Amino acid sequence: MLTIGILALQGAFIEHSMPIERLGHLSKEIKQPKDLEGIDGIILPGGESTTISRLLDSTGLRVPIQNLLTAGLPCMGTCAGMILLAKSIEADSVPTLGMMNIEVKRNAYGRQLGSFTRMEVVEKISDAPIPLVFIRAPYVIKVAETVEVLHRVDQHIVAVKEQNLLALAFHPELTDDLTFHKYFIEMIQQN
Amino acid sequence: MNERYQLNKNLAQMLKGGVIMDVTSAAEAKIAEEAGACAVMALERVPADIRKDGGVARASDPKMIKEIQAAVSIPVMAKVRIGHFVEAQILEALEVDYIDESEVLTPADPTLHINKKNFKTPFVCGAKNLGEALRRISEGASMIRTKGEPGTGDVIEAVRHMRLMTSEINRIKSLDKNALYHAAKELMVPIELLTYVHENGSLPVVNFAAGGVATPADAAMMMQLGCDGVFVGSGIFKSGDPRKRAAAIVKAVTHYQDAVILAEISEDLGEPMVGINVYEISAKDRMSERGY
Repeated sequence: MLTIGILALQGAFIEHSMPIERLGHLSKEIKQPKDLEGIDGIILPGGESTTISRLLDSTGLRVPIQNLLTAGLPCMGTCAGMILLAKSIEADSVPTLGMMNIEVKRNAYGRQLGSFTRMEVVEKISDAPIPLVFIRAPYVIKVAETVEVLHRVDQHIVAVKEQNLLALAFHPELTDDLTFHKYFIEMIQQN
Repeated sequence: MNERYQLNKNLAQMLKGGVIMDVTSAAEAKIAEEAGACAVMALERVPADIRKDGGVARASDPKMIKEIQAAVSIPVMAKVRIGHFVEAQILEALEVDYIDESEVLTPADPTLHINKKNFKTPFVCGAKNLGEALRRISEGASMIRTKGEPGTGDVIEAVRHMRLMTSEINRIKSLDKNALYHAAKELMVPIELLTYVHENGSLPVVNFAAGGVATPADAAMMMQLGCDGVFVGSGIFKSGDPRKRAAAIVKAVTHYQDAVILAEISEDLGEPMVGINVYEISAKDRMSERGY
């Protein structure tokens, strides 16, 4: 059984604990540096990236998380989590963790009226169509050669992987579908 | 359930564990964003000033809302009067991220709230108890907040509303399934929504605290009582040091169960808003009595 840390500073963090537990693993809320002990992987959830970024500093979590990810700890970021993983954000100064060689556009689909759901087959991960929920979502506008593009929606890159890091522009935790959490658990087990 | 409503409930989930702050200008919105607000509520006067000035309080000037939308990247909410569906149509045209059909403004309809199902834009509504909450949800609200007593800096009504909501939810949960029909009649709510509460032991949407939150301790108390997040109206920009207080309330909502951190962040925040004791306000002047 694995212990998956879920960054619990702001946003939809409880939603990630349900799929982790349904897959038979433990979830652990991360609010302070000492909470990082003994985790096998970490999830950066959806929420407001500017808020979470502020709290990464006030809690002293920014550097310890960067160190763990550099050392190879598997990490899945969804929506705001994708923004936090990116090295570069288009036209924005929100301080990220700067771990993945991608450039991300925030609120890329506009305001809430631009939020949408799609059923799509993510070929590299699943044979059946799975629901992809985009809420004021970002997408990736540039990737380095080291980054594997896992999925595009309407030509825009929405799922990427680089070594131990997985970033999704959408929210698998808001649906009953376990495909992406299962994929992340497999990443940890193969680590 | 229709997809748009689901997406709107989902946006509220993204705001959880966060603080939504009232702002009256682009400059205040920037301060709120920098302090870590997860969204801002754009309005011309904070509730404390609406209370002081009297008169009719209406939806804000679109120009001001647009300036705030241009100034920040976090979601922007704005208020409309209870029942004023045209003010809501205007806010939808401005593409605000959430509409608050709010008792802080002067009600525009004597019997009806807005039929929120006619809109794509999500709505948050105030509620004092389970019946009000489920009626608002049946009209299409995708997020609920306690009413509290806005503009007072007195948290007692928000506490009352949250405790009442929790005890009513617990009562519905413990009822025999067959007794739900009678409970639905008493509460004047649809049986489908009441059945959801019975089966899940919670509202079907996110529930925030609002109305009277003025300190980090107030915010943490509301979180410990089971709220998903907190609205702060007059409490920030009517205080001595808004920047510092705003950042402290954001941290209090994250660390609401950690008294050591709460003690640290409560230190040296400057003057809180002055505040009015709720019971010095006559019943007819209480904003929480507005709505149906």
